[in-house]
Formats: sequence, structure tokens, C-alpha cells
Amino acid sequence: MNKSKEVFFQGLIKENPIFRLVLGMCSSLAVSSTMIASLGMGISVIFVLVLSNIVISSLRKVIPDTVRIPAFITVIAGFVTIVQLLLKAYLLEINNMLGVYLPLIVVNCIILGRAEAFAAKNSIGYAALDGLGMGIGYTTALLSISFIRELFGFGSIFGIQIIPEEYTILIFTLPTGGFLVLGFLMAVWNKLATLQGKPKATLNCHACPVAGHCGEGLIRLQKSEEVQLKSETKKIDAKGDKADKPDKAEKLGEPEKLDKPKKTDEPEKLGEPEKLDKPKKTDETEKLEISNNNNEKNLRINTEKEKKQ
Amino acid sequence: MNTNLLYILFVAILVENYVFVQFLGICPFLGVSKNLKTAMGMSIAVIFVMVLATAATWPINHYILESYHLEYLQTLVFILIIAALVQLVETFMKRYMVPLYNALGIYLPLITTNCIVLGVVLLNAQSGYNFIESMINSIGGGLGFMLAMFMFSGIRSRIDESDIPEFLSGLPITLIAAGIAALSFQGFVGIAENLFM
Repeated sequence: MNKSKEVFFQGLIKENPIFRLVLGMCSSLAVSSTMIASLGMGISVIFVLVLSNIVISSLRKVIPDTVRIPAFITVIAGFVTIVQLLLKAYLLEINNMLGVYLPLIVVNCIILGRAEAFAAKNSIGYAALDGLGMGIGYTTALLSISFIRELFGFGSIFGIQIIPEEYTILIFTLPTGGFLVLGFLMAVWNKLATLQGKPKATLNCHACPVAGHCGEGLIRLQKSEEVQLKSETKKIDAKGDKADKPDKAEKLGEPEKLDKPKKTDEPEKLGEPEKLDKPKKTDETEKLEISNNNNEKNLRINTEKEKKQ
Repeated sequence: MNTNLLYILFVAILVENYVFVQFLGICPFLGVSKNLKTAMGMSIAVIFVMVLATAATWPINHYILESYHLEYLQTLVFILIIAALVQLVETFMKRYMVPLYNALGIYLPLITTNCIVLGVVLLNAQSGYNFIESMINSIGGGLGFMLAMFMFSGIRSRIDESDIPEFLSGLPITLIAAGIAALSFQGFVGIAENLFM
């Protein structure tokens, strides 16, 4: 009983598919301009997610491991087709609103991701609960985005006019509005998560359903990116808010050797750019050799910038 | 006829940009645009797969699904064709085109379940384009994706070295920057009609 509660509720907040797992971004940006479309999308996703989770979980011992992704996709595509036909028959308006994003539920990472990460490993009951929790989490996230976008963009909630049309802000209805609202909401969620001592949401490989299928090269690529990302977050932590450039370099914890020549270099360079170019370059390469990967990248960017100046 | 094709190409690249206007392929757009090299690899792979997928699905859609009124199977059939095609191309490349495989191989499995490929194929089917128009639309969509990736990898390298408030750092600032970049694409609305019609 306790476990089923946990399974159900983790999809709502702790592992909210949009704000925490960063899955299904395409559809959440595209259909969130009105609340009705969001609700339609959310319910379609809940339907597909619960049923495909149940079917995949009940077939998990039958499906051979090597063809599991195509098998999952087929099951999901079947349910998506059912939703498409149902909407076309009974709710044509919503079908037209969702347009191409309705069939694209097939490739929505949430569904394939949950199939791979949860349904393929757990019993039917838990899989259904997980699907329901995740689906509701997705729907509430979508509704919260579309609430802001519809209220400010169209001045209405679920189509009921609240703010007069002359006072609406057009940008919220445009694609830009989707990106901006999602960005700021994500920032709020990140802030709340960090207050509780949890990591920030990042777009990463384990959220991606095909991660297990990726070649080694991709895993390497992701690892190097993750290392970069970690060092970047460290940097930001160390940097504080007001740090200016030389400060930043100090706080980065680069060895002192690197710091001093650089500082003296900069003012000279500003004065006589051409003359000092060559020695600067050698300086820079030496530094590159000493410093580790991350600093390397930073320095390179710096030098490129300076060259342009 | 030619202006029509040019019109489709122009609309697919700029006016209806698949990333910034239609929100397709956001995951690879956010995930792989960290530096120019991976951005280029990914976008070339996307163009490649999109063109191949269109070439494979158009005849099936036109001669089998539409002529027997099986349009409701489009989603199912298209995704399976794309998955099989990507697998086939990957195996073929690994065996016969090693340099190309080394360059694009790691991106291919990522594209199978990517909404931009399925999206372009479905949109081609919905808008009733003929074969050449579908191909042009796919190429244009791919080029638009490439443009967005290139543009954004530049923006991200600037974001990386700038001073961002703690709570916005990471994904939020990336999304906000994408929003501002998307705003620039709004400027193309309405241009195409006057240029080509």
C-alpha cells in the first residue's frame, strides 16, 4: 500500500515529467497556448500512458530484450491511433487544436521513457499507478504553463474571458511565450528543489528512452558533457552573484600561475594588440597545457573574444 | 512550378522553422547544441534521416495507405518505417561507409524516436504534397533545424561565460534564450507570400 502511494505521487511532484525529468518538451511547448488544448493533450497522454504501461508490463516477460524498443513503440502507436480515432469521432474541435502533436504522442519521451524505465520492470498494478501519476503530473504541468499563457495572452481561462481583449499581451500566445513561460517556471521549480537540497533539473541521457540503445560514442559524448556541466555548476556556485571577470578567474580556483600572467596580459593587450599577439598565443598555449579541460574551454573562448576585439 | 518549390523551401526553413515555430525536435535542440561540432553532426544526421524517411514513406503513404483508405494507420506505419530505416542505415553505414559512420553513427539512434522526423513525415502527408514537394519540404525543414542549431550553439557559448543569476542558470536560461531567438523568427511571417506569389 505504501509503495503504491509512493509510486503514484512521485510522478506528480518529485519526478514531475516536465519540470523535473525534462521529458516531452515539444508537446508541452506547442499545445500550451490554451488551457483547453492542454487539457485535451493531458488526457490523451494519461490514456495512452496508463494503457501502454499496463500492456507493456503484462508483456514484459514475453518481449525479447533485443526488440523491446520497437515492440514498445508498436504498442504505444496502437493506443495513440485509438485516441486519434476517438477524438476525431467525438471531439473534433480538440483534435484540430492538437493537430500534428496528437500523433506525435508516439514519440513523446514520457511514454517511451516510462515504458523503458518503469513498466518493463514492475508488475501491472504499479505500472498502471505510475502511468496515472506521471500522466497527471504532466497534465498539471501543462495546465500551469497554459494558465499563464492563456490568461495573459488571450485574457481568458478555459475560454472564459477575464481580462478585456485590449489589455492582453500578444507575446504569450506566440512560440516565444511558450519558451519564456516554461523557462521561468522551470527556474521556480529549480529554486524550490535547491531549497530542499535536491539537484536542478537537467536535460540528460538517462531521461532519454533510447539511452540504452546508444552507441558507446554517445555515452562518451554525454559523459564529457556531464563533466562539463558539473564543472560549470561548480563554477557558478563559486562565482557568487556580483563577481566580475578577474574575480571570477580567481574564484574558479585556477592555479595561481595561470592567473597572474593573464591579468598582466590583458591591459597590455588592449594597448597594443598586434605586437603582443604572438607572445600572448604562446602564453595561452602553455596555460592550456597546464589547465584541465574545463578551464581550457574557458580560456579558448576568452582568447577568441580578445582576438576579435 | 519553380516558384512553388522555392516557396516551400523558404517557408520550411524560415517561416515555419521546425524548432522555433513548430516546436519539433526540442530535445536534441536543447541537448546537443552545447558546441558547434556536435550541433553540426546532429543536424546533418537529422537532414539525412529526414530526407530518407520522406523518400521511404511517401510512396507507401500514396500507393498503399491512401489508395486503400487506411490513413488512420499513418502514425503506426510511419514510426515503424522510420525505426527500421534508421536501424538499416546504421548497419549499412557501419559495414560499408566507416568514415561516415564515425561522423554520424552516434547520432542516428537518437533520431529514431525524435519528433522532428515523424513530424515532418506526418505534415507532408497532411498537406498533400507530391513527391518532389515533400522532399523539398523535408530538406528545408532539415536546413531550418541546422540553422537553429548553429545559431543556438553560438548563443549558448555566450551564455556559458556570462554571469547568470543562480536560480536561472542551466536549463531555464537556455529556454529563455531560445524564446528570444524564436522571437526573431516571427519576423518572417508574411514575407514568403509577398516574395513568391
